[in-house]
Amino acid sequence: MSWVHLMIVLPLLFAVFIPLLYKAFPRIHTGWFVLVVPVLIFGYLATYLPMLANGGTAIYEIPWIPYLDINFTVFVDGLGLIFALIISGIGALVVIYSIYYLSKAREALHNFYVYLMMFMGAMLGVVLSDNMIVLYLFWELTSISSFLLIAYWYQRKQSRFGAQKAMLITVLGGFAMLASIIMIHNITGTFSIREVIAQSDLLVQHDLFLPAMLLLLLGAFTKSAQFPFHIWLPDAMEAPTPISAYLHSATMVKAGIYLVARFTPAFGGTPEWFWIVTFVGLFTLIWGSLNAVKQRDLKALLAFSTISQLGLIMSLLGMGSAALYFNPGDQGVQLHAYAVLAAVFHLINHSTFKGSLFMVVGIVDHETGTRDMRKLGGLMTIMPVSFTLAVIGSLSMAGLPPFNGFISKEMFFTGTLSAASLDIFNMSTYGAIIPVVAWIASVFTFIYSIILVYKTFLGKYQPERLEKKAHEAPLGMLIPPSILGFLVLAIFFFPNVVGDYALKPMVASIIPSAAGVFDDYAISWWHGFEPELFMTMAVVAVGLILFATLNRWIGLYNHMPQWMHLNNWFKHGLSGMERGSHKVIDWHMTGYIRDYLMYIFITIILIVGGSYFLLTDFTLYTENLASISLFEIVLALVLLGSTVLVMATRSRLTAVVSVGVLGYVVALFFIILRAPDLALTQLAIETVSVALYLLCFYHLPKLKGRSEEEGEKFKIGNFIVALGIGSLVTLLALSVNGYNLFEPISVYYGDSYDLAGAANMVNAILADFRGFDTFLEIVVVAIAGLGVYALVRLRLEKRGGTDESQ
Amino acid sequence: MEILMSILIGVLVTAGTYLVMSRSLLRIILGTAVIGHGALLLLLTTAGLKEGAPPITNIEALSYADPLPQALILTAIVINFATTGFFLVLAYRAYKELGTDDMDKLRGIDDE
Amino acid sequence: MKVNDVILQTVTKIVVFIIFTFAFYLFFAGHHDTGGGFIGGLMAASALVLLYLSYDIDTISKAIPINYRTLIGVGVSVSMLTGLGSILLGFPFLSHTFEYVDFPFFGEIELATSVLFEFGVLFTVVGGTLTIILSISEDV
Repeated sequence: MSWVHLMIVLPLLFAVFIPLLYKAFPRIHTGWFVLVVPVLIFGYLATYLPMLANGGTAIYEIPWIPYLDINFTVFVDGLGLIFALIISGIGALVVIYSIYYLSKAREALHNFYVYLMMFMGAMLGVVLSDNMIVLYLFWELTSISSFLLIAYWYQRKQSRFGAQKAMLITVLGGFAMLASIIMIHNITGTFSIREVIAQSDLLVQHDLFLPAMLLLLLGAFTKSAQFPFHIWLPDAMEAPTPISAYLHSATMVKAGIYLVARFTPAFGGTPEWFWIVTFVGLFTLIWGSLNAVKQRDLKALLAFSTISQLGLIMSLLGMGSAALYFNPGDQGVQLHAYAVLAAVFHLINHSTFKGSLFMVVGIVDHETGTRDMRKLGGLMTIMPVSFTLAVIGSLSMAGLPPFNGFISKEMFFTGTLSAASLDIFNMSTYGAIIPVVAWIASVFTFIYSIILVYKTFLGKYQPERLEKKAHEAPLGMLIPPSILGFLVLAIFFFPNVVGDYALKPMVASIIPSAAGVFDDYAISWWHGFEPELFMTMAVVAVGLILFATLNRWIGLYNHMPQWMHLNNWFKHGLSGMERGSHKVIDWHMTGYIRDYLMYIFITIILIVGGSYFLLTDFTLYTENLASISLFEIVLALVLLGSTVLVMATRSRLTAVVSVGVLGYVVALFFIILRAPDLALTQLAIETVSVALYLLCFYHLPKLKGRSEEEGEKFKIGNFIVALGIGSLVTLLALSVNGYNLFEPISVYYGDSYDLAGAANMVNAILADFRGFDTFLEIVVVAIAGLGVYALVRLRLEKRGGTDESQ
Repeated sequence: MEILMSILIGVLVTAGTYLVMSRSLLRIILGTAVIGHGALLLLLTTAGLKEGAPPITNIEALSYADPLPQALILTAIVINFATTGFFLVLAYRAYKELGTDDMDKLRGIDDE
Repeated sequence: MKVNDVILQTVTKIVVFIIFTFAFYLFFAGHHDTGGGFIGGLMAASALVLLYLSYDIDTISKAIPINYRTLIGVGVSVSMLTGLGSILLGFPFLSHTFEYVDFPFFGEIELATSVLFEFGVLFTVVGGTLTIILSISEDV
C-alpha cells in the first residue's frame, strides 16, 4: 500500500467518521474537520510535480484479484496527477465555501460531507487508476455520489427528478463503458491501460475496434454532458451550489474528458476517433452556447456554458488526436499536438473561472434569495467584491485579456485553423467548417458572459422583487472564489509555470509521440497580428452588436420546433419504458403464488428433465442393491398411506397428524439406514413440531366460522405437474446409483477418532470439522426464534397501545 | 431397497408439490414439510444404503455408512424445523390479522 | 377448554426427570456415541414443552424462571466465543482440541473443547424452540 493509494482511500475512510464528528461536536461546523482531507491530499500530491516536470511517472500496485488480472494499480503521470490536484485543490476551496453556504443549524451536514468525501475518493480513484475495472468501479461511484448530492434536498420534487435523470444517463454510459472495457480486454488480453496503449496497433486493426470505441465514447460523452446527453446537467443544478461548482463544472463532468484523453493514445490517430470526438465536441460547443443565451436562471446559464466549454475541450482533444497519425518527429506532430496543449490548458482555466463564477452565483442566490435574472440587477454597488469576481470570471470565459481564458481561447483558434488545414481524414473537404463553428460559438459565449454580469450586477436594482435584503457575503464565502479569481489573473501573466509543471507532462501522457516537442515552447499571450487575434476582435465586435440588439432577436428561440427539445424525448422515452415494463409484469405477475410456483416447477421439468433425456441414457441399475425386509415394506406402506391421507383429507387435524406420522416413519427409516443420530433428532423434532402445528392450527377454526376452505377440490392440472416433478426426482434418484464420478470425500472423516478425538463421526463433523456450518445453523435457529417472537409480540404491543388510548 | 426408496421419495415429492400449490396456507406449509422429508431421504439414498455399520468407530466393523450426508441431513432437519416454525407463525399471524388463510384472498393490493 | 388432567400432570412430574436425564446423557454421549448438542437440546426442549402442556404457562414460568430469548443469545455467544478462543491461540476460527486427563475418582476422561461449543448449540436449540412455542401459546 503506497501513500498514493492511501490518498485515494483517505476520503472514503474519513467519511466513516464524519457522522461521529457531527454528533460529537455539535457546535463546530463539520466542514472544518473535513477540510483537512483535501488539503492533505493536495499537499502530498503536489510533491510529485517536480518529478513530472522531468518527465517521470510512478506506478504502485496492490494485488486485488490477480487471478482475473484486476489489481488496484495507481499510475501517477501528468494527466492523472493534474486532475487529482484539481480535484483536491478545488475540493478544499469548495469545502471552505460550503462551511459558510450551508447553515449548521438547518442542514443535514453529516450526509452532505459523507457524500462529498465519497465523491472525492471516487474521483481520485478514477483519475489515478491504471486498471480499467477499478476505474469503472470508481467511475460508477462518482455517478452514485453525484446522484446523492443532487438529491441532497430530496424534499424537492425537482431535486429528485434531476438526480434520477443524471443517474440514468450517466449510468447508461458507464454500462456501455464496461462493455467496451470487456471488448478491449478480449482484444488485448489485459485490463491495464498502459498495456492497452502499448498494443494500440492490435486494437486499431481488430474487428471490434469500432464498437469498443463507440461504447467507450458513449461513457465519456454521457459523463461529460456532450450532445445529446447534455440534458442531465441543467437539471443537476438543483444541487447545492458548492456541489454544482465542484462536481458539475470542475471535476466530475471532466471525467469524460479525462477518459477521452486517457484513451487517445490507444484509439487516436484513426479517422473515426478524430471525426466523432471533434464534431460531437464542436456541436456541443455551439449548442451549449446558443442555449445559454436564452436562460433566465443564473445557474442554468452556467450549466449550458459548462456544456459548451466541455464541448470545446472535447473538440480540441479530437483535433489533437490527429497528431498520432504522423510519425514521431514529423512536422505534423507538433502542429496538431498543439490542440491538445490548448485542451489541457483550457481545462485548467475552465476549472478556475467557472468555479469562481459558480461560487459568485451561489453568493448572489444566498444573499438575495433568487437566481432569476429578471429579478436581479444593480447589485454592483451592494456587492462590490462579488461583482469584481464575476467580471474576472466572465471576461475570462469570454476570452478577453488580461485573463487566462484569453490565452487558451487563442490557442483554441490556432488549433481549429491547423485542423482545417489537414489533408487527411477527408478534412480538405469539410475542414473549413471547424473554425467557422468555433468562431460563431465564441460569439455566443461572449454574449452570455456579458449577460451574466450585466443582468445581475448592472441595470436597475429591484429590492421589491427580492426575498431578502441584499448585502455582501461574509468573508469566508468570498475567499474561495477570490483565490480562483487570483489564479485566473496569475495564469495569464505567468502561463509558463502552469505550462512547464502541468501542461507539458499532460500532453506527453496524451500524445506520447509529442513528448518533448514543446520543451522549448513558451506560452505567451501575445503572438503578433495573427488570424487568431483578428478572430477574437471580430468576436468582441459582433458580440457587442448582438448584445445591444438582444431584445430584438431573443424571441427567435421561441420558434424552436418542439422536436428539438431533447428533454421531451427523454420524458417520453422514460414513460414509454415504464408503461412497457408494466405491461410485461402485469402479464405474468398474477398475484397468485400458485402461478409462480407453477412457473418454477414447469421450468424445472423442462430444463432438468429435458437435459436429462437429451444428455444421458436411462439405465436401471440392479447390481449391488440392498436387501428389503418385511418390516421395511410395512414401513413403506405406512409412509404411502399417510402421504395419501395428507393429500386427500379434508380435516386439517387429520392432515397435521398424518404429517406427524410421516415424520416418525422417516425416523424409523433412519434407524434402518444406519443413521441413529438422525433418527433421534427426527423423533425429537417431530414431537416438538406436532405440538407447534397443533398450537397454531388446532385453535384456529374457533376464531371464525370457516367452512368454505375446509375442503378443496382435486385439481388435475396441479396434480399432473406435481406428478412430473415427483417422477423426475425418482428417475434422478434411480440413476444416481449407477454413477460414481468422484472419489467420496467421506474417507477423511473416518479418522475422526484420531483427528477430533470423537468416535461418532457425524458428531465430529458437526462440532469439529464443519463447526462453522453448525455455528451458522444455530444462528438460523436464533433468528427464527427471535423472528417468531417479534411477529407475535409486535402486534400485541400495538394493540395494547390503542387500548390505553381508548 | 434403492428402487423402493426412490419410488417413496417420488411419492413424497409429488404429494408435497401438490400440497404447495393448494389454496390453504396450512396445506402449503405441510407441503413444504413433506417435500423436506423427501429431500432428506433422497440425500441418504444417493449415498448408498445399508453399507456397513452406523458411523460410530466404537462399533467394530469393516466399513461404516457415509457420515457426510448424515451430518448434512442433521443440519437440514434442524434448519427445517426453525424455518417451518417461522413460516407457521407467519401463517398464523396472517390468519389472525386478515381472517383468512386462503391464498387467493391474500393477494395484496391490485394497483401497486 | 377445561379438562381434568390429573393423570397427565402426575405422570409428567416423573417423566420429565427421566427425559431430562436422558437428554443429559445424550448430550455428553454425543462425542463417542449417538447424541450431541442438537439431540440433547431437542430432548430437553420436548421435556419442557411437555411441562408447559400439562400444566399452564404461568405455573411453569414461575417454577423455571428462564427467559428463553436470553438463552438464545447466551448459546450463540458461547459458541462464538469458543471459536474466538482458538483465534486467540493462533488457530483458525472454531478449531478444537482434546486431551485425556486422569481424574482421581472417575478414572481417565477425555476433555474436549468441542463440548463447550456443543453447550452453545444446546442452549440455542432449547432457547429457540421454546421461544417459538411459547410466543404462540401466549398469544392464543
